[in-house]
Amino acid sequence: MSGLTDLTLAEARDAVAAKKVSSSELTEAFLKAMEAARSLNAFITETPERAFEMAAASDKRIAAGNARPLEGLPLAIKDLYCTKGVRTTAGSKILHNYVPQYESTVSQNLWDNGAVMLGKANLDEFAMGSSNETSYFGPCISPWRAKGSDAKLVPGGSSGGSACAVSANLCLGATATDTGGSIRTPAAVTGTTGIKPTYGRCSRWGIVAFASSLDQAGPISHTVRDCAIMLKAMASVDPKDSTSVDLPVPDYEAGLEAGVKGLRIGIPKEYRVEGTSPEIDAIWNKGADWLKAQGAEIVEVSLPHTKYALPTYYIVAPAEASSNLARYDGVRYGHRAEGIEDLIDLYQKSRAEGFGSEVRRRILIGTYVLSAGYYDAYYLRAQKLRSLIARDFTEAFKQCDMLLTPATPGPAFAIGEKISDPVTMYLYDVFTVTVNLAGLPSLVLPAGLTESGLPLGLQFIGKAFDEATLLRAGRALEVAAQFTAKPQPWWRAP
Amino acid sequence: MSVDKDTVRRIARLARLKLEEDRVEPMVQELNGILAWVEQLKEVDVEGVPPMTSVVKQRLKMREDVVTEPDNADALMANAPGGEDHFFVVPKVVE
Amino acid sequence: MSTEAKNKLIQGSTGPWEVVVGLEVHCQVLSKAKLFSGASTVFGADPNSQVSFVDAAMPGMLPVINRYCVEQAVRTGLGLKAKINLFSVFDRKNYFYPDLPAGYQISQYKNPIVGEGEVLIDLPGGEVARVGIERLHLEQDAGKSLHDQHPDHSFVDLNRSGIALMEIVTKPDLRSSEEAAAFLKKLRAIVRYLGTCDGNMDEGSMRADVNVSVRKPGAPLNTRCEIKNMNSVRFIVQAIEFEARRQVDVLESGGTIHQQTLLFDAKNGETRPMRSKEEAHDYRYFPDPDLLPLELEQAWVDGIASSLPELPDEKKNHFMEMGLSSYDALVLVAEKEAADYFEAMLKEGAEPKAAANWLNNEYFGRLNKVGLAIGDGPVSAAANSAIVQMISANVISGKTAKDVLDIVWSEGGDPRSLVESRGLKQVTDTGAIEEAVDKVIAANPDKVAAAKAKPSLVGWFVGQVMKATGGKANPVSVNAIVKERLGIPEEG
Ligand SMILES: [Mg+2]
Ligand SMILES: [Zn+2]
Repeated sequence: MSGLTDLTLAEARDAVAAKKVSSSELTEAFLKAMEAARSLNAFITETPERAFEMAAASDKRIAAGNARPLEGLPLAIKDLYCTKGVRTTAGSKILHNYVPQYESTVSQNLWDNGAVMLGKANLDEFAMGSSNETSYFGPCISPWRAKGSDAKLVPGGSSGGSACAVSANLCLGATATDTGGSIRTPAAVTGTTGIKPTYGRCSRWGIVAFASSLDQAGPISHTVRDCAIMLKAMASVDPKDSTSVDLPVPDYEAGLEAGVKGLRIGIPKEYRVEGTSPEIDAIWNKGADWLKAQGAEIVEVSLPHTKYALPTYYIVAPAEASSNLARYDGVRYGHRAEGIEDLIDLYQKSRAEGFGSEVRRRILIGTYVLSAGYYDAYYLRAQKLRSLIARDFTEAFKQCDMLLTPATPGPAFAIGEKISDPVTMYLYDVFTVTVNLAGLPSLVLPAGLTESGLPLGLQFIGKAFDEATLLRAGRALEVAAQFTAKPQPWWRAP
Repeated sequence: MSVDKDTVRRIARLARLKLEEDRVEPMVQELNGILAWVEQLKEVDVEGVPPMTSVVKQRLKMREDVVTEPDNADALMANAPGGEDHFFVVPKVVE
Repeated sequence: MSTEAKNKLIQGSTGPWEVVVGLEVHCQVLSKAKLFSGASTVFGADPNSQVSFVDAAMPGMLPVINRYCVEQAVRTGLGLKAKINLFSVFDRKNYFYPDLPAGYQISQYKNPIVGEGEVLIDLPGGEVARVGIERLHLEQDAGKSLHDQHPDHSFVDLNRSGIALMEIVTKPDLRSSEEAAAFLKKLRAIVRYLGTCDGNMDEGSMRADVNVSVRKPGAPLNTRCEIKNMNSVRFIVQAIEFEARRQVDVLESGGTIHQQTLLFDAKNGETRPMRSKEEAHDYRYFPDPDLLPLELEQAWVDGIASSLPELPDEKKNHFMEMGLSSYDALVLVAEKEAADYFEAMLKEGAEPKAAANWLNNEYFGRLNKVGLAIGDGPVSAAANSAIVQMISANVISGKTAKDVLDIVWSEGGDPRSLVESRGLKQVTDTGAIEEAVDKVIAANPDKVAAAKAKPSLVGWFVGQVMKATGGKANPVSVNAIVKERLGIPEEG
């Protein structure tokens, strides 16, 4: 039945609707694929029982003619989304035993649309990382390998498990979250497609917070169309999230094939940064040419504060995180240290044992930049820079409808290669992080392979709440790029 | 700006993260590496620039004054380490 | 410096000292649901039974603000004659404590919803002092830790966690424990008139942090100490007095005052440093990224302003315009229930001055004696109004009125029909009174002679006539007739 797991979400949807395959059959195929791919460590928790239950319920609905938009379609859920009755860890020891008694709005939206949950996907601890190496449950391994090498590569992060599961055909699509590039970086390096919607488009309620003003949920999937389908189901106006925006969610799939004719696409000159591989530059130029060939107008634009985005991000995000993660104190849930002397000891030991080194480092940085005497120099200044960065985009969008940029400075790297130096690792988010600071939507899709056979992605950045145009342009690029490469299934036991 | 060992100890205490003494110096190095890198923000003249308060242009949402939550004590305590009779339990605090 | 102010000075060995007090009062907002969640605020529920996942800071939970709590804060601000800020911001105040689930309290730091205002307080001797309000901000209440239930554990109940508080901060304008007490009573009255807080200090819905320092009169402000979390006016008075004396003693023996956080030990009547606050705090305030700034419309604020009830100061003026003395008016407005009761009596037809006299001299006294609150008293405003009206219309005498009150108090019933059925009506029929007077005169020829020489003996005749008529004769008529019969001229 391996053919079933090769389907895109849209193809599976149509096959299920046409009763060519049942949800239970699909679900079984994916559960088997997951089992065979355990060496990739894409999932922290597999939920086969729940999956079969949901699939059976879907098959009943299909039989009764009550199918919903995602009826019976098996998905992976990033383990940052709280799922009622199913352990939710955020990739951290401090939540290794946490079972939420509530369901996140976005995952609930998916279930209400008929989707089936396969399991909880691996991620960097509290979504802090670009390589999925900081997970307490061990790194997720990319299904991709460079030509002639069996070195284990990272799937990107923090939604590494989600990207890996899509790339290795372990699910039809996966939920992800993006605080500084956590949807787009893994999508780019695994040959998958991901969209970070405008801040406020998807509810944050029930998703473990990393940096509240930057976090945004979105899908990783096989194609632009699949992203459009999933985003429509995930997004909603949520009265439980004060920052969820009161705008109707359009039918993103409807206008997908409208092409890019007449669209003005900006190339921000500041994104030609040192240290970017020449192959990235080449694919970027190629992307622009493809769009031009389809009738888009290419214009050079300037985003003068681009180089300050990363350091700004590495003040704002840890500051918010240091506060967001204060609730993990061993009192009401989660890991509690043994053999404690007093309350302070309970806090200090539970937290030191429960958080990994990257999370601890960010909590300390965040605590420092907010502390008395440093707030103005760091946090306040960073928030002012955010205003300047957002203003850059506003100016640029006077000259164009969207931007085209690289997604990452290079292809996937080997596990262990960058983990020792935080700043080097942080630089991996150089192209993605600006968007979070400005709250804008951004789509990443595969555009080609490196010489060594690894996927490279391109990124579109759109105006706020203009995901529809973004997806439409993405579809045009997808058609032109004809990216069909898939990783060889080396992970399957012979 | 850079941090020293005392600052790192003080921050760790504020953040309630136990930092073993042999980890203090390495942490000083790591934090200073990051702080040196963010130092470049000083180049930008931010005089008169308003700090970002929210990336979305929207009014603060409000709820009506209605009780919507049932007695949830069992669900609330479901994950509690050392919970007792619907109380969370911590080592004795002396005020 | 007025004599009143001079009396408040503390005498030390180096001369007089002035006490400087500022208050931070936390008033729980009267609302059904919490500030950022839909959990109930009802007092006294089972432990952790009124806690939403938001209040317990479960992962991924987000705050959404209660519009009514915002409205109550604005209403209170208007009642404090304060500036309403149309733009305010919610910040996170970060610290670790078991009754603070998120590790931060959502509060307002740089941009509070209400700015400067003022409260007038009434001091003994009729003096009125103005107390500046620095600000009012909205914030979440913390849960409760119980420390006495177990030898090595504290138990945490989060029912209170997340209830809306208005923190009202005064300027350091108070100069004695009495002024602090007067301010708290006045503030309590104001929020109760407004209906924004029940002012119930026993249940902790009103609590104060008290900042105390001392200085030589006219000298600049000295270092202050903060006495935390007091919910009794009596203890606040004791604590200020103890603390001021302690500081004077420290300073006079050559020591210095260190800014510190204190607890008041009611058992020993002392303040002592708070162990859990010994560590220097660094709250790392920053705007809560889960919430947008709070922006209000002036028209909305104006709407609240136009629906504001009459507050104690205005009501006092209003009552004085009706002819009440300043003292009577003050007593009546001090408690909202008293003013309401009084106004209900007027609505039933009583004349203001008579009603005020009757309440302050008769009814409230009886309530006090048995420790009943106005709302719990056995006699309705309508009944008291009827009694007062019968006195004014000479239907019953003042003495009979007290008897009628006694009867209604213990047996209930309508005062008018009672007076009717028990024959308590005052005799105003001149013929009947003349008859009674003549009888007394005829029976006491010796007294008649004496009275003619010494007119003050008229009173004795009046007394006899009253006795003979069972107290029902109108004493004014009796007096006039006695004088007429004895040939004693009316004076004046
Ligand atoms: Mg305070
Ligand atoms: Zn407060």
